[in-house]
Amino acid sequence: MKIRTLAATAAIAALALTTAACGGNSNPSSSSSAGSDASGSGGTITYWASNQGTSLDNDKQVLTPQLEKFTKQTGIKVNLEVIGWNDLQTRIQTAVTSGQAPDVVNIGNTWAASLQSTGAFMPFDDAAFKAIGGKDKFVKTAMDTGGAPGQDPTSVPVYGLAYGLYYNKAMFSAAGLTPPNNWEDLVTDAKKLTSGGKYGFALAAGSYTENAHFAFINAAQNGADLFDKDGKPTFSSDGVVTGIERYLDLMQKDKVVNIGNAQYDNGTKAVNDFATGKVAMILNQNNADNSIVANGMTSDKYGVVPFPAPSNASAQTASHVAGINLSIFKNTKNQDAALKFVNFMTSAETQTALGKPFSSLPVLNAATPNFTDNADEAKTFSDIYATKSKPLPLVPAEDQFESTVGKAMNQMFATIASGGTVSTDDIRTAMKTAEQQVAAAG
Amino acid sequence: MAVATAPTITTEAPPASPPKRRRPRPSGWWLPYALLAPAIVFELVIHVIPMVTGIWMSFLKLTKAFISNWGNAPVTGLKNYQVALDFNGAVGSALLQSFLVTCAFTVLVVGISWTLGMAAAVALQGKFFGRGFFRTLFLVPYALPMYAGIIAWKFMLQKDTGAINHFVYDNLGVGGEKPFWLIGNNSFAAVVVVAIWRLWPFAFLMLMAGLQSIPTDVYEASAVDGAKPFRQWRSITLPMVRPVNMVLLLVMFLWTFNDFNTPFVLFGNAQPPAGDLISFHIYNASFLTWNFGSGAAMSVMLLLFLLLVSGIYLIVLNRRSQRA
Repeated sequence: MKIRTLAATAAIAALALTTAACGGNSNPSSSSSAGSDASGSGGTITYWASNQGTSLDNDKQVLTPQLEKFTKQTGIKVNLEVIGWNDLQTRIQTAVTSGQAPDVVNIGNTWAASLQSTGAFMPFDDAAFKAIGGKDKFVKTAMDTGGAPGQDPTSVPVYGLAYGLYYNKAMFSAAGLTPPNNWEDLVTDAKKLTSGGKYGFALAAGSYTENAHFAFINAAQNGADLFDKDGKPTFSSDGVVTGIERYLDLMQKDKVVNIGNAQYDNGTKAVNDFATGKVAMILNQNNADNSIVANGMTSDKYGVVPFPAPSNASAQTASHVAGINLSIFKNTKNQDAALKFVNFMTSAETQTALGKPFSSLPVLNAATPNFTDNADEAKTFSDIYATKSKPLPLVPAEDQFESTVGKAMNQMFATIASGGTVSTDDIRTAMKTAEQQVAAAG
Repeated sequence: MAVATAPTITTEAPPASPPKRRRPRPSGWWLPYALLAPAIVFELVIHVIPMVTGIWMSFLKLTKAFISNWGNAPVTGLKNYQVALDFNGAVGSALLQSFLVTCAFTVLVVGISWTLGMAAAVALQGKFFGRGFFRTLFLVPYALPMYAGIIAWKFMLQKDTGAINHFVYDNLGVGGEKPFWLIGNNSFAAVVVVAIWRLWPFAFLMLMAGLQSIPTDVYEASAVDGAKPFRQWRSITLPMVRPVNMVLLLVMFLWTFNDFNTPFVLFGNAQPPAGDLISFHIYNASFLTWNFGSGAAMSVMLLLFLLLVSGIYLIVLNRRSQRA
């Protein structure tokens, strides 16, 4: 009997640890197939694209003709896989961990410094830059996001994005309002527009990345930094805390946001509310244009202004330097082909071809934005991108800022939405916890 | 039993009768080994090696600076464990909170699933028209692909567009503001209900099979003695399905405690603290911060806890069954 008990216990141990292992440690099985396709035949590279269009299928349709053109020019075949934003970071992590990686991958440019610190990506040295047409072909703001300062960047920009405040022209003129120039006006306008089941504002309040971006932007308007010069997090400083509070108060104190938004776990849901006339304003990156138009709202029905700062703000920051970068995995067997592909994707011709379907800002010097037929909108976004954007901190712990602070803000919105209150002290306590989490992870 | 007796023979046999002549090996002696080999190889590859790797990882500082080349990760000894067990720190207190939530979750889910499974199995024990239909119906949640089932719940539990709020507040006309189910404190109730929905058909299936093996004459005899149904259930059914129950409760406990899919599909990337089950918590702790050493340490502790509980459970129950 005793031995049977032991045997049973051992069997359970095996059972329990494998399930625990699935949940906890190494889970490299999910992506191995995609990575392994490329190895072997020298004339093929694997490319993981992020979701830029209205759907994964849409991305595939947009990219395929370009990739065919590339194959025609160079004879190199491209295996394309489009990966949604919910999965992309995990997939890249798994690829880094297992070494089963694609050759070229799209990354959110805010991850650049974090991913650089893994050492799994190819640094673009002078020779590599020469192969893709030189560092100087890129807009400097965009190129600065390629990696930590003082090192060879491990990514180059491919699509530029910036946040703007979209407003519904008809709703604004019906209420006799003009688009806001500062935060106080924004709140007043939003309050006026919140009536009869419509709301002044929609937020992706359940999306930790969006929340983290606005923690950064609001903090930047207050003149506060997220990391000190030693790379230590300073999330609980006054500027950051009051910045977060200002953003939360759109739902909590000003009540211009439907509490249901606390469940909006991606930007698209807020965009849909905007495009269907349920809300008067949204904050979104310029690639929202796709979804707005897909929902039947033409580009003359809405306007865009920079996300306004409070009138006493110390900086007029309206966005972080958002966008998508291209990285090459260091262990690629097809480095030349990968460089050719990066060169192709960042060429003026391809940039022009993809600018419209993906609603992206050009990352090349001397290129003009073509993502919208609305000239004012194009000018506003170019202006925000060039003069009112600040890069997120280019430190290895940046991704941990997004996950810890962003998730804490999700919880705060959830508390507000389910009837609770979030005080300044609550925010400070949550930010202290986030600081500790980042410290523990380092 | 075979496991228990085999080793005693091999250890006692050699000294008692030293081999005088080499017995020729019977032809086909290798067959059992050959048949066992694939199982052993797969057991090693699938269970043992990942397990040992996980334990090894838990002693490393395996952060993102090292994951592309594990060999370079410095050994930190017990530091990962210290951080996870420091309940005053941010990481430790979150882990403790998640552990307590998971304990409450497990007790509720296993208890209610077992009760429902038992009730349904007893109700369908007798023969009546439509029994097969109900049996099939009850097994549907178990047969559905897990993702499809849980995602359907996710839609139903939405605040403004979900079927549940629509039914309760719009159709039944209950007053008041529609509640959130997937964020805030209600999320605990939501994840418990969905997990029960997933699990109870399994309890039902096992108990139904167990009940089939009870001969009907025992019931008839007790009925002659005047036993009412509840007495029959307590004095005949329960003792007779005891072996089934023993395994069933243990397996349900382990599955539920380790449940990853339910919270993952239900809550997505941002789990509310009230629905923060431990497997999912560990996943988040290692994948979002890229600190796999810390995640591995938490996994190892989870394993030790489950081993301890399972061990105690088996020892206590086996003692009792020997005494009986």
